[in-house]
Amino acid sequence: MSKPSEQPREESPEAPNGPSRRAVLGVAGAVAGAAALGGVGGFAVGRASAENLTLNSYSFRGAHQSGIVTAQQDRLHFAAFDVTSNSRDDLIALLQQWTVAAETLMAGGELGGGAVGGAYQAPPDDTGEALGLPASGLTITFGFGPTLFTAADGTDRFGLASKRPAQLIDLPHFGGDMLDPAFTGGDLCIQACADDPQVAVHAIRNLSRIAFGTAAIRWAQLGFGRTSSTTKAQVTPRNLLGFKDGTRNLHAEDSGDISHFVWADAGDGQSWMAGGSYLVARRIQIRAEIWDRTSLKGQEDSIGRTKGSGAPLSGGNEFTEPDFAREGANGSPLIPTDSHVALSHPDANKGQRMLRRGYNFTDGSDSLGRLDAGLFFLAYVRDPRTQFVPIQNRLSSHDALTLEYLQTTGSALFAVPGGIAAGEYVGEALFA
Amino acid sequence: MNFRTTLATAALAAVGALVLSACVPNDSTDAAKIAVSAKDNACVVATATAPAGVITFTVTNDGSKVTEFELMAEDGLRIISELENLGPGITRDLVVRVPQGSYFATCKPGMVGDGVSTAFAVTASESTVAPNADREAQLATASDQYILYVKDQVQTLVAKTAEFVAAYKAGDYDTARGLYADARVHWERIEPVAESFGDLDPKTDAREADVAEGEPWTGWHAIEKDLWPPAEGSGFTDAQRVALADGLTANIGTLSDEVNAGDFTLNASQIGNGAQGLLDEVAASKVTGEEETWSHTDLWDFQANIEGASVAFGVLRDVVNESNPDLVKTLDTRFADLNALLAKYGSIDEGFVLYTTLTPEQVRELSNAVDALSEPLSQLTAAAVS
Repeated sequence: MSKPSEQPREESPEAPNGPSRRAVLGVAGAVAGAAALGGVGGFAVGRASAENLTLNSYSFRGAHQSGIVTAQQDRLHFAAFDVTSNSRDDLIALLQQWTVAAETLMAGGELGGGAVGGAYQAPPDDTGEALGLPASGLTITFGFGPTLFTAADGTDRFGLASKRPAQLIDLPHFGGDMLDPAFTGGDLCIQACADDPQVAVHAIRNLSRIAFGTAAIRWAQLGFGRTSSTTKAQVTPRNLLGFKDGTRNLHAEDSGDISHFVWADAGDGQSWMAGGSYLVARRIQIRAEIWDRTSLKGQEDSIGRTKGSGAPLSGGNEFTEPDFAREGANGSPLIPTDSHVALSHPDANKGQRMLRRGYNFTDGSDSLGRLDAGLFFLAYVRDPRTQFVPIQNRLSSHDALTLEYLQTTGSALFAVPGGIAAGEYVGEALFA
Repeated sequence: MNFRTTLATAALAAVGALVLSACVPNDSTDAAKIAVSAKDNACVVATATAPAGVITFTVTNDGSKVTEFELMAEDGLRIISELENLGPGITRDLVVRVPQGSYFATCKPGMVGDGVSTAFAVTASESTVAPNADREAQLATASDQYILYVKDQVQTLVAKTAEFVAAYKAGDYDTARGLYADARVHWERIEPVAESFGDLDPKTDAREADVAEGEPWTGWHAIEKDLWPPAEGSGFTDAQRVALADGLTANIGTLSDEVNAGDFTLNASQIGNGAQGLLDEVAASKVTGEEETWSHTDLWDFQANIEGASVAFGVLRDVVNESNPDLVKTLDTRFADLNALLAKYGSIDEGFVLYTTLTPEQVRELSNAVDALSEPLSQLTAAAVS
């Protein structure tokens, strides 16, 4: 069995493979690495025409899981699961079945006997809503929550407690968090991203169907638009505050930074996590009506950037480095010290950075008619203890935006194991 | 351009083996599908032979009439398996387990007469398939056993309903409330059978919300509301109460007449689908606590549905154990898990707690166990008949 390190894929931008699902299956990932180096093709103009985007498919196997440095797709269906069985064998069998199914789904194939091809007296193996749709750039990314290793009551259900990475902490309570248990935690997670929401939903629906009896969905979140760019070629999208988001995000092309800030290393403590990462998921509700009544000056001061171009208030264009020392006429910094940019900038956080991969969401309106919407924050980091937690602590105690307009209602942390080599199932090294 | 086509590659055969552990086993003998073109004057089978095991015929009606495809035994009389009601232009799969032997593939344009046949040979293979005669005997036994069970449950249902109705009509509501859930157990165990007799099921078991405005509401649940009335009362007049009571007796009597009629029969498909139907009932209305809005005795119905499904599985067990032993093992485990969970809340003999006393976490746990059982149970029929 080949090891992940022998796979050709680099942490370079994952470019789409060719348009034909058959061809993709034919190469079986063997040339995926070469293809990955070939450029960013259809993604060059960000939200390009559907024809360009939806014909893409990515290889499931490689040195790292897909859906992390992959050029971020526009749609998300994220699901956290509770493992309902106490059997280690059941858990392994589920991961094996998910591996096979995910590879098929990402190639745009139908599961098992297909949506219409099985016995007439039996329910079809594939639910069928993706029939006729291309792979649509689907990526499926798996993660393991803290409770998989140590249950809430302290029991070691699957004999994994000694394998729990020190980085996979129980996230502390952050000021202002109003966590709903219905959107918090989980033993397992699946992030399904695609350019067609129907394809992402099809993936989660069928994977959860396979899990019945071993794992059940604890909570799920749909995201309808990306709020980050993970490659330099992508246009910076806007969040529901109306501001460009993720201007200074880590990009796949910055391979040195990606290695340093995103990918876990065998030397980080748990060798099974080599090539993996840690996924922070936070459901951040925006008090939209209140934000919308805020003056443009108030909004820009909260963010520290202009709403139009996204330039820092210290001047320049979107990609100009903010100058936190530059003062205005009254002697105070042009970028307020309690602005989001000032507090979250690497300069203020010992140089720490994260690979953000969040999505705008709305679940309709609440009982008072207010928009139930916000940012489903997803970030991949090498060590949440030094990257996410200190930054979030600063934001939740000083950030004008966070304090006045945001409320976090869901929160979870997952260990995302490294890439899956040929013949392996996801997370296999954990069970070795 | 159709992108999402089924890929009959080695890679996907592996998918089948892994993902579909609860399906017809993907042994090597069923890798290929055999195309059949059913024309008005010919039955063209792509290959004249296949190895014993699971065979899939992909039948396309290339004729102008509604057609039927049958795999017939060597005597040309006995039907091994068939596809009916295939409209012109329609393609459908027939999945069938076939032992070594000589057969006929027959297309019946217009679905009458002898049709057009072509010889089809099944050769020896490593796959072990029971001779058809054994299998048919097993299925016949399964059918007989299940019919006996249905008749037995209906007999008890008639007796317990009479007792319940008598107490209700006498105005002895305490006694009626005590008999309600226990009498319904015998209905809930075999409810899919009742559903097969026209509008007997809605007349007997409709909830208030099921009934359209202006339509009469009759049956168990109307009486339930009268026995456990809301603060403003159930709103029934004494004349309506008598009509409800007599109507319930009459409808249960009709059910009894139907299942004791000489032509009453249930085949393996109906039994298997009935088991699935019982679990669907649980998932749709019992686990949500919507079935017994007024009495909150949902757990009696819940347990009865599971028991009915378990009996249906039990009579098909031997047949399924040959076609898909893994499915039998999974179902055994999942039934046991769910029963153990239900036992935490009582039993039919001793009584259950009211559904309203369960916490959301306990309901979720029950729901997970129902999903865990329902998913493999949905494979039961196909495993029994193909």
